[in-house]
Amino acid sequence: MTTLAKSTLTGTDPTETGPTESPETGAAATTAEPVLAVRDVRIRSQVDDREIVKGVSFELTPGKVVGIVGESGSGKTLTCRAVLGILPPHFEVSAGTIHVAGEDVATLEPRQLTAMRGSTISAVFQDPASYLNPSIQVGPQIAEVIRVKKGAKRREARRRAVELLAAVHLRDPELVYTQYTYELSGGMLQRVLIAAAIAADPRVLIADEATTALDVTVQAEILDLLADLRDNAGLALVVVSHDLAVVAQLCDEVLVMREGEVVEQGPTEQVLYHPRHDYTRLLISEHEQYGLEKFLTREQS
Amino acid sequence: MTVLEVTGLDVHYGLRRQRRQALAGASLAVERGEVVGLIGETGSGKSTLARAVLGLVRPSAGRIVIDGEDVSGYGERQWRSLRRRGVVQYVFQDPLRSLDPDLSIADSLVEPLLIQGVPRAAAEAKARTFLAKVRLDEELLPRLPGELSGGQRQRVAVARALVTEPKLVILDEPVSALDAANRVQVLEILKDLRAAGIALVFISHDLGSVAGIADRIAVLYQGELVEVGSARDIVVTPQHPYTRLLISSAPTLSTASAGRAEREALRALLTA
Repeated sequence: MTTLAKSTLTGTDPTETGPTESPETGAAATTAEPVLAVRDVRIRSQVDDREIVKGVSFELTPGKVVGIVGESGSGKTLTCRAVLGILPPHFEVSAGTIHVAGEDVATLEPRQLTAMRGSTISAVFQDPASYLNPSIQVGPQIAEVIRVKKGAKRREARRRAVELLAAVHLRDPELVYTQYTYELSGGMLQRVLIAAAIAADPRVLIADEATTALDVTVQAEILDLLADLRDNAGLALVVVSHDLAVVAQLCDEVLVMREGEVVEQGPTEQVLYHPRHDYTRLLISEHEQYGLEKFLTREQS
Repeated sequence: MTVLEVTGLDVHYGLRRQRRQALAGASLAVERGEVVGLIGETGSGKSTLARAVLGLVRPSAGRIVIDGEDVSGYGERQWRSLRRRGVVQYVFQDPLRSLDPDLSIADSLVEPLLIQGVPRAAAEAKARTFLAKVRLDEELLPRLPGELSGGQRQRVAVARALVTEPKLVILDEPVSALDAANRVQVLEILKDLRAAGIALVFISHDLGSVAGIADRIAVLYQGELVEVGSARDIVVTPQHPYTRLLISSAPTLSTASAGRAEREALRALLTA
């Protein structure tokens, strides 16, 4: 249905450990070349000279999913923005390195960073409507990405945009192509944004609270869609959420952040069933006391 | 004792050709000291039901009885007097919008009492009592809402709802905007209120967030109450396909999320 590349990765070792084990040459521990390697990244606010993010490290190979859990202000979004090279004014990466597809982001010119975004690494955020122009049909906005990033001709870009709308499971892609943001629901808009984000065949997709504002049933559909993209296109994902349960659905590895620090990091199973930090235990006990887990027994896959 | 009794409630919005039914024949009773969770997605009618109980929208049919008083036919003046007595109170998701940003916490808390004609000294004493009930320190009294954390603000909003000693409190997504630690704290406070005999209606789009606190859960789907039952029954043995879809969609801490095929089947069933 689409020209999305089939998974190029079949042989990663599922038991591979986190990047903290190999700070120098992360690639040595894995069989596949990481598409994203974040090593001890620290982010400083220049206004009050405070360190806001105090050392984040993780590595992502194709088809893998890393989750970052934390409250607002924990530094999870700043970390993502540093990876995308779009830190807000007065914030800077003060230490550590970020490699996207082998390239050190710090050494790239703004022009090269712009070229990298969309075509190698892409992102979707919480409020899809604010990333689309309300006075232009949504389809041409996706087609524009394809023309700019892939150099496609108009007709080809349109055809491909409709394919993408179908790939994100929008029921009538030809109709959606011609619709405006106000005609679409929040879940449909998030699908449109995901279609735009994957339009230039990136290797990494960051989903920062991408399902937070959606109804629960729609959230489940979007999470299913992300899982499809991982399985069919070998997309590597960074899933950011304040809810540990959302991250648990999808991720191989979880980072729990609090006040800029990674308080716990490890394979999802380990973090969920053998948490070591009190804060992770708090997140879990909240679910067990007040969530569906109060009545349902937790199952391990 | 039944604090809220809603029978066969219909609500319509819009005029003539744009007339649209938001609520169809909703019936629900809430007892003293009971927490009823009202679950539904965007557009399901859950906020409409709350607004009808608060007298903010006029139902086109049905009966609403609050603490033994039939308010179905009430006009604007009667509703105002009912609100002034503070029998029904409400707490919304975003306390920054429900608290006056220019009023100190102390002024916000005494305002509903001053409106009732309570002398200022007595009102202030009462405000302090209720601030303690929501586990906040008195030193917050002179501050403005903007100077408090989100969790503290929401607890102030709860305290403000309590000062008139209501029989019924309606909470619309009260913990959705809070982080884990504050969420637990607010839920603990709601347990205290239940123990004190207040009836609570807890509205949320997320079944997971009310499952732990609600005694009973009512599920709204496209303006109709499709299922009402004990929290355990709703979560463990949901009957209606929509309730089943909600349960299988809610993310849990289980890594085994085998629900996808089931969700797709239920969705097909609901759209059929």
